[in-house]
Amino acid sequence: MKKMKKVLSASLIAAMMLTLLSGCGGDKAASDTWKFGGIGPATGDYAAYGIGVRNGIELAVKEINEAGGINGVQIDYKFEDDQTDNEKSVNGYNALKDWGMNVLIGSTTSGCSIAVSDVSSQDHMFQLTPSASAIDAVKTDNAFQVCFTDPSQGSGSAQYIGDHALGTKIAIIHDSSDVYSTGIYENFIAEAANQSFEIVADEAFTADSKTDFNVQLKKAKEAGADLVFLPIYYTEAALILTQAAAMDYSPIFFGVDGMDGILTNVSGFDTTLAEGVILLTPFAANATDERTVNFVTAYEAAYGITPNQFAADAYDAVYILKQLIEESGATPQDGISGICDKLSAQIVKTSFTGLTGDEMTWSASGEVNKYPKAMEIVDGDYQLFE
Amino acid sequence: MRFLSYLISGISLGSVYAIIALGYTMVYGIAKMLNFAHGDVIMVGGFSAFTIISMLGYPPALGVLAAIVICTALGVIIEKVAYRPLRNASSSLAVLITAIGVSYLLQNLALLIFGSSTKSFESVVNIPPLKLADGQVNITGETIVTILACIVVMVMLTLFINRTKAGQAMLAVSEDKGAAQLMGINVNGTIALTFAIGSALAAVAGVLLCSAYPTLSPTTGAMPGIKAFVAAVFGGIGSIPGALIGGLLLGVIETLGKAYISSQLSDVIVFGILIVVLVVKPTGILGRKIQEKV
Repeated sequence: MKKMKKVLSASLIAAMMLTLLSGCGGDKAASDTWKFGGIGPATGDYAAYGIGVRNGIELAVKEINEAGGINGVQIDYKFEDDQTDNEKSVNGYNALKDWGMNVLIGSTTSGCSIAVSDVSSQDHMFQLTPSASAIDAVKTDNAFQVCFTDPSQGSGSAQYIGDHALGTKIAIIHDSSDVYSTGIYENFIAEAANQSFEIVADEAFTADSKTDFNVQLKKAKEAGADLVFLPIYYTEAALILTQAAAMDYSPIFFGVDGMDGILTNVSGFDTTLAEGVILLTPFAANATDERTVNFVTAYEAAYGITPNQFAADAYDAVYILKQLIEESGATPQDGISGICDKLSAQIVKTSFTGLTGDEMTWSASGEVNKYPKAMEIVDGDYQLFE
Repeated sequence: MRFLSYLISGISLGSVYAIIALGYTMVYGIAKMLNFAHGDVIMVGGFSAFTIISMLGYPPALGVLAAIVICTALGVIIEKVAYRPLRNASSSLAVLITAIGVSYLLQNLALLIFGSSTKSFESVVNIPPLKLADGQVNITGETIVTILACIVVMVMLTLFINRTKAGQAMLAVSEDKGAAQLMGINVNGTIALTFAIGSALAAVAGVLLCSAYPTLSPTTGAMPGIKAFVAAVFGGIGSIPGALIGGLLLGVIETLGKAYISSQLSDVIVFGILIVVLVVKPTGILGRKIQEKV
């Protein structure tokens, strides 16, 4: 018993000293650099998104540091992998906070971002998600988005299909177990009532049965749908395209930003099946404006791959933070809560032009206001759809 | 015609469930334990074939053979390391929990080795689809092969169990381990053989599952494994023809539910029917009711 007490007290002392030490490290680092934390799936089914976000942040941070930092203050950044798992995302957030993060760029996907914002709002940490599009991802006061919200993607897609007369009979296949997919789906349906096309097949699947889409596709085919709207991620979309080809069904497939990655991130997928797929996305790597060209060249030189829209969203996120910090005069010494107050007061007043939109503005609720573009997959590459 | 085409989709899904269920029911019938890692042995079979065929570029037949060899060895090792030491444990729960542990171990090993990004599996079946009624009804080559494989496996298993010495030994072990041992049957060897056969079936199921739905990830086997377990219970767990019937019925119910009721509720319908069947006939469709004599 005595021995145990000794061991216990020794370990308690050790633990105390460790806490003291780590406390010192955090405080000191926080005062002389900006610490930007990023979270996203660097591995897993949706790794294309997280890797894009990580690279986008890294590139922007490097550029800003080389140009002298923000108001002369350098940026340090760190990225945590969450594998699209809510719990791992919150763990990543806590790890970043221990590291001394001032501002969070993340999470990358909607579910994770919602989970993290529940915690970050308690800390009053400024959170700018590059790509979480669910409306709930910005329900807390401290959270803002760079990408479109699901409602605007859903209604935007319906308007786009209607305006360009892409189809008259529309089928939808959505993932009813996913908040991102259902968010877009519900708003698409609502907006479709105002459009000239007709929804002839309204199908769904869940995370537990996401390999067999024969029935959903057959129903769409039977109903004579000439356009299939897929508000889902690319992993399932790749299977849908394969199974549709096997049954000789070739409508127009129309996706949203989750479709981004289908050409590069499903190993072994026959990308010729994706020819003619149209997707709504704010960024095209082959656009010819100077800003995009510079970004794509630098990105390809650094990582050897063409950036997707997630990389562009994250790159913009860093520059948005830079602009907000410069305009509001925030410094790392303001503390997490002080920085959040200054930046959230500034973001509703500012107007930002970047890769993913011109003159982007934000509402107090955290949603961004910008216009979508549609891309078509032609010869294995994205082209601006006219 | 529309109904027929849905029915065929259902049969092709059901045949995959059936071939997995055959392995489940075989192990349960003889060793009287639920091998929850069965679904993950299927995944290992898929990845073995994927490595040999897509990554190393060998012909599909070699890939299937390698998958069978690897899974058989894996099944025997799992049985020896994880299940045998617990066979005489006081609680039968111990071995059930171990099986769940093995299942997670295999999933995470695959995650470590292959990463979690989804791979597109190249079908090993090279038969053109059968088109009937001007292409309105389309039976894929994978479906034909899976159904044939199911029937061949079922017949061979039945013959093996009823006509060979080793098969008779299995029946004896399943009825009474202690008495079988007294009669000179090698109980450990017989159960190891059961796992070897069950895992070889899992390898075949894995390759066919991944060919029919060309996607592969460390969790590929998990949901089909559970559905196949349901199919085995549905048909009467322990009964070999029952697994085939249960699997086919489950696939057809799931598909018709999706087609005519709601694509969102298909799983609700499947598991709802399972509950009804179990309430009405607790031993499943072909399950035998064994009177325990005191």
